[in-house]
Amino acid sequence: MPFGNTHNNFKLNFKVEEEYPDLTKHNNHMAKVLTKEMYAKLRDKQTPTGFTVDDVIQTGVDNPGHPFIMTVGCVAGDEESYEVFKDLFDPIISDRHGGYKPTDKHKTDLNFENLKGGDDLDPNYVLSSRVRTGRSIKGYALPPHNSRGERRAVEKLSVEALNSLDGEFKGKYYPLKAMTDAEQEQLIADHFLFDKPVSPLLLAAGMARDWPDARGIWHNENKTFLVWVNEEDHLRVISMQKGGNMKEVFKRFCVGLNKIEEVFKKHNHGFMWNEHLGYVLTCPSNLGTGLRGGVHVKLPKLSTHAKFEEILTRLRLQKRGTGGGRSVRGGHSLPQLPTMEGAADGRAAGQPAPLA
Amino acid sequence: MNTRLDATMPFGNTHNKLKMNYTAEQEYPDLSQHNNHMAKVLTPEMYANLRDKETPSGFTVDDVIQTGVDNPGHPFIMTVGCVAGDEETYEVFKELLDPVIEDRHGGYKPSDKHKTDLNAENLQGGDDLDPNYVLSSRVRTGRSIRGFCLPPHCSRGERRAIENLSIEGLSSLDGDLKGKYYALKNMTEEEQQQLIDDHFLFDKPVSPLLLASGMARDWPDGRGIWHNDNKTFLVWVNEEDHLRVISMQKGGNMREVFNRFCTGLTKIEGLFKEKGHEFMWNEHLGYVLTCPSNLGTGLRAGVHVKLPNVSKNEKFGEILKKLRLQKRGTGGVDTAAVGGVFDISNADRLGFSEVELVQMVVDGVNLLIEMEKRLEGGQSIDDLMPEQK
Repeated sequence: MPFGNTHNNFKLNFKVEEEYPDLTKHNNHMAKVLTKEMYAKLRDKQTPTGFTVDDVIQTGVDNPGHPFIMTVGCVAGDEESYEVFKDLFDPIISDRHGGYKPTDKHKTDLNFENLKGGDDLDPNYVLSSRVRTGRSIKGYALPPHNSRGERRAVEKLSVEALNSLDGEFKGKYYPLKAMTDAEQEQLIADHFLFDKPVSPLLLAAGMARDWPDARGIWHNENKTFLVWVNEEDHLRVISMQKGGNMKEVFKRFCVGLNKIEEVFKKHNHGFMWNEHLGYVLTCPSNLGTGLRGGVHVKLPKLSTHAKFEEILTRLRLQKRGTGGGRSVRGGHSLPQLPTMEGAADGRAAGQPAPLA
Repeated sequence: MNTRLDATMPFGNTHNKLKMNYTAEQEYPDLSQHNNHMAKVLTPEMYANLRDKETPSGFTVDDVIQTGVDNPGHPFIMTVGCVAGDEETYEVFKELLDPVIEDRHGGYKPSDKHKTDLNAENLQGGDDLDPNYVLSSRVRTGRSIRGFCLPPHCSRGERRAIENLSIEGLSSLDGDLKGKYYALKNMTEEEQQQLIDDHFLFDKPVSPLLLASGMARDWPDGRGIWHNDNKTFLVWVNEEDHLRVISMQKGGNMREVFNRFCTGLTKIEGLFKEKGHEFMWNEHLGYVLTCPSNLGTGLRAGVHVKLPNVSKNEKFGEILKKLRLQKRGTGGVDTAAVGGVFDISNADRLGFSEVELVQMVVDGVNLLIEMEKRLEGGQSIDDLMPEQK
């Protein structure tokens, strides 16, 4: 897990050619886009918190490629990264998000009433429904770059916000570092527990520093609303339940998210959002909605059909194995398993997200 | 919003500028589960004193300690839990590193002076460790090139410059030391297989102790292996240190191994000096390396030796301690012994000269073999018990 020790004052004593990374074996979005000229232009810049282009790209330099997926190869260290390093991020965002232009505007709609139907996906086929997203808290650096003090502050605010929830949202926070064995076993059995990342994609970005300090899991008593604190993003918010009532899952998702946001706003720390990029998250692949809405669904016949991939592409869906995500014993989200997971999140189908 | 990098800013960069908005308590790491040298030493007060400092190259105390925060402990060994990012780290963060050094290096004080002795003639004996027991002999050390940041912190440009200097220097070695450089990133399949077969190839580290310090960034850029045609002298470039220099051969002629080691090192140092680059060295810390545990000589001289009987003796640990030796598995630092074959080497690095350390290994291994032979014959080893060296 090498991480950004790229704040080296001597590097500007070396020429661009000497510092420019060797990307000849690389196949990720960053490597496709970062020319020597671009690197020359960006290498002496930093965001207000001190994030540099070398920090942005370190994970992409250290991880040339992935056998199944086109990885992004760069991360943001704070909200301003996307502005200071526009030259690099804009083409990556365009390439990754189907031609999204620097002038485009992103629409946020968390009004669940606007969803039509969705309450009766056939439970003979749909085993479970889930919606997840991420949120970043304004005013703090992001997981690749935040200090311990910042991470703890995010945890503290998050716990306060979550503890104020009631009704179906009433729940409890389990900090990773103070979990009992019994709690840990239960969280594993529920498939809620996340562990220190092992993926070199994540580790190289520096987001596992100081593990497990200020990391934790919050979930409601019903186990249908779950929040990860300080994993790859400040918050990952997940609504889920067995069966095919996606409408109910999405309603809980929207209501819960809005309630949490209110509490953060009261503390003058709303979510990072702007009208171009929508919700700002650590990985450029999660910008906009950061939303992955999906089901575990039985499609043994359709999936063997010659046109399955084409159908998914046309529907703007992607498939993954059901061992996806980063819950403990859940394995990495690679499309290895025969059961299919359809997901709609605005990305071109057949391109599963590298960082789940 | 865009600001140019400025050498006078309080933090170089990564360990962000917002952290000074938080109190020392809020930023102080949670070391309650930790058992490493750094955790034993770093109090909240010390952290408060050091947290706004940086070396000229921009290394901060958070950089120094990150590996120790991320790795609470190790099942077999008391880890150091901190690294240097440049030569000045040991000065700027003296308050932390001096007690770590003292604890790690047997009470070595901030006022102590370290003696360097690379004159192989000063070694007594060592050319005839019993080859029925000693399978191989090896001496290694590290060297840092003054003026460049160390592996946890160096930029790609710096790392490549070190590689270029090393290639230039090594390519001018001749005679027994004539050899070739194999850059990790453009090795052929055949070369790679051969280096694996020779047990020369080093790979991207997997140890979280090393990875957390940032030394594997940009792998394999700027990394490589040089060895002589005889395969008895090997240099690793840009792994955990700028250079790791290894002399080795089968059998028990440690004297020859050490001779080649000293000759080779001295030649390499001369070649670097010709190009205007010295090794990092000072009279207090000796050779300056990335890990505080390798300061002084940076030297580990060891043998792979068959000690199936002695190693089972209840006093084995005590004997090693008295001889100032340590045991490892033959797979290296993180491994266990297999088939009664141990890696026995000097435990010290600092406060003793190279000759003194190799002498301890030679004398100690000779004694252990004698004990092994006694135990083979069912005899006692009580009268052979050594005094504390």
